[in-house]
Amino acid sequence: MIHIGVTVDGILRHGDVEPRTLLVHWLREDLGLVGTPIGCDTSNCGACTVLIDGRSAKSCSVLAVQVEGATITTIQGLAQDGEWHPVQKAFKECHGLQCGYCTPGMVLASVDLLSENANPTEDEIRHGLEGNLCRCTGYHNIVKAVAMAAAEMRGE
Amino acid sequence: MTETVERTGGPAIGRPIRRKEDARLLTGRTNWTDNIQLPGTLYMSLLRCPMAHAKIINIDTSAALAAEGVVAVYTGKDFPELPGSTCVWPVTDEIVMSHFPAICLDEVKFGGDVVAVVLATEKYLSVDALDLIDVDYEPLPAVVDMEDALKPGSPLVHSDKGTNECYVAKMPCGDYEAATVKADRVVKRRFINQRLIPSPMEPRAVVAAPMGMSDEITIWTSTQIPHVLRVLLALLTGIPENNLRVVAPDVGGGFGAKLQINREEVLAVVLAQKLGRPIKWTETRSEHMVGTHHGRDQIQDIEMAVMNDGTLVGMKVDLLADMGAYLQIITPGTPLLGMFMYSGIYKMEALDFTCTGVYTTKTPTDAYRGAGRPEATYAIERIMDEVAFELGIEPLELRKKNWIKHEEFPYTQIAGLTYDTGNYEAATARALELFGYDELRAEQAERRAAGGPVQLGIGISTFTEMCGLAPSRTLGALKYVAGGWEHCTIRALPTGKIELITGTSPHGQGHETAWSQIASDIIGVPVEDIEVVHGDTGRAPYGMDTYGSRSLAVGGQAIKLAGERLVEKARIIAAHQLEVSPDDVEFAHGTYSVKGDPEKSTTIQAIAFEAFTAHNLPDGVEPTLSGESTVDPMDFSYPHGTHLAAMEVDTETGQVTLRKYVCVDDCGVQINPLIVEGQVHGGLAQGIAQALFEGALYDAEGNLLTGNMGDYLLPSAVDLPSFITDRTVTPSTTHPLGTKGIGEAGAIASTPAIINGVVDAIRHLGVNDVFMPASPQNVWRAIQTAQNGGAA
Repeated sequence: MIHIGVTVDGILRHGDVEPRTLLVHWLREDLGLVGTPIGCDTSNCGACTVLIDGRSAKSCSVLAVQVEGATITTIQGLAQDGEWHPVQKAFKECHGLQCGYCTPGMVLASVDLLSENANPTEDEIRHGLEGNLCRCTGYHNIVKAVAMAAAEMRGE
Repeated sequence: MTETVERTGGPAIGRPIRRKEDARLLTGRTNWTDNIQLPGTLYMSLLRCPMAHAKIINIDTSAALAAEGVVAVYTGKDFPELPGSTCVWPVTDEIVMSHFPAICLDEVKFGGDVVAVVLATEKYLSVDALDLIDVDYEPLPAVVDMEDALKPGSPLVHSDKGTNECYVAKMPCGDYEAATVKADRVVKRRFINQRLIPSPMEPRAVVAAPMGMSDEITIWTSTQIPHVLRVLLALLTGIPENNLRVVAPDVGGGFGAKLQINREEVLAVVLAQKLGRPIKWTETRSEHMVGTHHGRDQIQDIEMAVMNDGTLVGMKVDLLADMGAYLQIITPGTPLLGMFMYSGIYKMEALDFTCTGVYTTKTPTDAYRGAGRPEATYAIERIMDEVAFELGIEPLELRKKNWIKHEEFPYTQIAGLTYDTGNYEAATARALELFGYDELRAEQAERRAAGGPVQLGIGISTFTEMCGLAPSRTLGALKYVAGGWEHCTIRALPTGKIELITGTSPHGQGHETAWSQIASDIIGVPVEDIEVVHGDTGRAPYGMDTYGSRSLAVGGQAIKLAGERLVEKARIIAAHQLEVSPDDVEFAHGTYSVKGDPEKSTTIQAIAFEAFTAHNLPDGVEPTLSGESTVDPMDFSYPHGTHLAAMEVDTETGQVTLRKYVCVDDCGVQINPLIVEGQVHGGLAQGIAQALFEGALYDAEGNLLTGNMGDYLLPSAVDLPSFITDRTVTPSTTHPLGTKGIGEAGAIASTPAIINGVVDAIRHLGVNDVFMPASPQNVWRAIQTAQNGGAA
C-alpha cells in the first residue's frame, strides 16, 4: 500500500492504495465520489473524465498514486457555492444530455476545452470532445451547449 | 445567462420545458446501480470462455478458492438446471427452443459464454481469482455463417436438436405470385443488415441483497424492464414473486440492450439468497461486447414486382435472421416486429413475408433500437431506390406515386395494419425545402459531368413505423406471452404535492419531465409540484416498462385517464364542501368553482387535505385522493417522416462524408418539443452509425473481432454533423392525446437514407449496393467490384 494525499473537490483526502489502483476506482470505491462513472475499459469513452490540476484526464487511465499532491475536480465539485458552472447550465438549457452517463465527463472535457479556447468554432468543439462518447444525443445539443457556455463565459 | 425557470402559466403540454432530471445528472448526484454499496457485499466476477464452441472437459477451481478474499467459486455443476435467461416469444408452434444455462455445464456455445463464477470480498480480488481457474476445453466447430449453418452436414449449435434452423415464420398477404404475373418486371436485391452492439454508455450492473424484511430480496439492476424482470426472475429462480423487489435506479441508456433477463441477474439473485449477503456485479465494457445481446443481423432477399410506370404491385421478403447461440427474451420475435412494416408507406397488392431464424455460435441477438422495424425500413427504402433506378424514375417521384395520400387515411395497408393518420406530402414538402433538394440535384449533375473524384449523392427515406407496443390481444395472437398495457396512479398528497406513479421505466427519455407536463394540464398543479415515481416494483407495482416507443404512446394514455379520475373524485368532494351538486362545479387550472358564482371556489390541493383528514367527506366517498388507470391501447400509432441525406463519396479512396442531413418527422402532438428533438438527434446518430461506422465482426472461428470500444467504432462528435430537423403535426386518432411516439424514429429512418445517398453518389460507376458500414474499405470494394464487371 502506498500513501497518497490529494485535494479532491476542495478537500485534502488521504488514502492508502495499491500501486495498481486506478484513480477512478479510488474516487468511487474509497472516497465514495460516485458522480464519476466508468463507461469502458479501453480509455475510449471518457465518461470518467475529471480535471487534474485544471486539465481534463480520463481517470481510468491514471493510477491513484500518480496524482499524489495534485488537485482534482470531479463533477461533484464543479459548482461553486451552489452556483452551477456555465457549462452545466448550458447543458441543461440546450438539452445536452439524456441518460446522463457521459455527462460528467462531457462537462469536464468541455470546461477544459473552453479554458484553452474561449471562442471555439463548431468544428473545434467537435474535435475538442472527440475523446468523449455519447450514445443518446448525437452530440448536436452538446455542441450547442458548449457554444452557449463559451458565449456566457466571454460575457456575451 | 441565467438558468431557465419554468412556470406553468398556461398549458404545459407542448412547451420545451427544461428537464427535471438534469439537476442530479449534471452534478453527479445520480444513482447508478454501480454506485450502490452495501455492507458485506460480495463481488461477482464471471469467467467467460475464449472460444466460440467447445466441450468443457474439466474445470479446476481449487487455486481460485484458495486465493485471498475469495468466498466461493461455482461452476455449472453447482447449478445444473438453472436457466440464465428465457424466451417469452416462441413465434411458431414448431420453433426449436434452447436452454440458456446460467453457468454452462458441459458445453460453451459462443465466445463469452460463462463457465465459472467467483465471489470475493473485494472487486479486484474477485477479478484476480478468475485467472486462477483452469478450464480444459475441447474445441468444437464454430457455426458462423447463417447460410452455411442451414446446409446439410453443418456442425450444430445444439447437437440434440438436429438442426440449426430455429423457426420459419410466414405471413403471406395478398397473392404475390399473381402480382409477379401482373407486373412488368421484378426487381431483386439482397441486403445485409449487419450485426450491431447496442452499447449504452452505462454498462449493465446488478446488486441483489436480502433486505431482512420477511424473505425479500431487493434487486437493483440497470434494466429497462423492472416489472417484467420481476416476473421472469421468479419463474426462473423459483423464488416467490412477492419476495422479489426489482429497482431500476438511474439507468444510463438502454436502446434495447437492457430489455432482457440476463444470467448475471439470475445468478446474483440466487447467490444472494443462498449466501444471505449482497451480491454485486458490474459489467466491463469488453464483457458488454460479448455478453450483452446484439442487434440486427439479417440477410434480406427482397423482390419488388412493379409496372413500368412505377406502380408497385407486390413485394417478397425472405429473411435469414441470426439468433445467435440461444434464444433470449424476444430473440425470435425481434425480426418479426418488422414483419408488418415491409410495405412502408406504400400501397401494394401483395406482401409475401418469410423469416427463417438460424442458430449460430455467436452472442444472442435481441431488441436494438427499432427492433425489426429498422431492418424492414431499410429493405423497403433501399428497394425503392433500386426500382427507381431500374425504371429510370426519379426516386422521390416513385415514392410519391405509390405512397398513401393524406386524404386516404385511415388506410389499411397490405399487412393488415390500419394507419390512422399521416401526411407524407406535408413532411416531404417541408424536408425538400429545408434540404434545398433541387439545388443539390443540380450540383450532383454538375459534379457528375465534371468527373471529379468526389461525387455527390442524395439519399431519401420516407418512412413510417409502428409505435406503442401493444394491444394485448394482438400480442396474444402473435404468441407473445405477456400483455401490452400500461399503468398509472396519481396520488394527491395531503400537503398538496402530487405523486405520479408510472409503470414506464425511463433510461434517458425524460419521463419525469414529460409525464409531469401531461399531469399538470389535467389536474392543474404546477409541473414542479409533481414527482414522478418509476422503476421500482416496490413503489410502482404495476407496469410493462419501456421499449418499442411505448412509454408515451401507451403510458401517456394511462396518465391522462388516471388524472381525469382523480379530478372527478375531487369534484365530488369539492361539491360537498361548496354545498352544491357536482354538476354545478367547474374545474379549471386546479380550481373547483361554482358555476355562475366563481367566488365560491376551492383548490385541488385543499381537497387533497380534506380527503386526508376525512372529517367532512360526502357519504359514500372513501378517504384519500387518487386516480388510477391501467390502459390497454386500442391500436398502434404510426409516426412517419421524410429524411434526406447529402453524401459525398471520394471515388478514389472510398471515403464517405455526410454533408447535410435533413429530417422532418411527424410524431403527432408533442408533449415536450425539446425532448422530441433530442430523441430524433440520438436516433439519427445510431441509424447513421449503422450505415457508416458500426458492425460486429466475427472471424471464421467465431471470435468477435470488435470486442472492445477501440475496435467497435461508435461515432464521436467529429463523425457527425449538426442536423437540420423539423416536425409536422398530424395528431394520432388512436391516442387520446394525439401523440404517436418518437424514440426510435431517427434510428429507423436514417440508415437507408444514408446508404441510398452513398449508392446514388456512385451509381454511375455501376454500383447498386454498398455493404454496411459504408467504410472506405467497403465503398472502395463496391466500386472496384462494379468496375471489374460484377454488380457490387
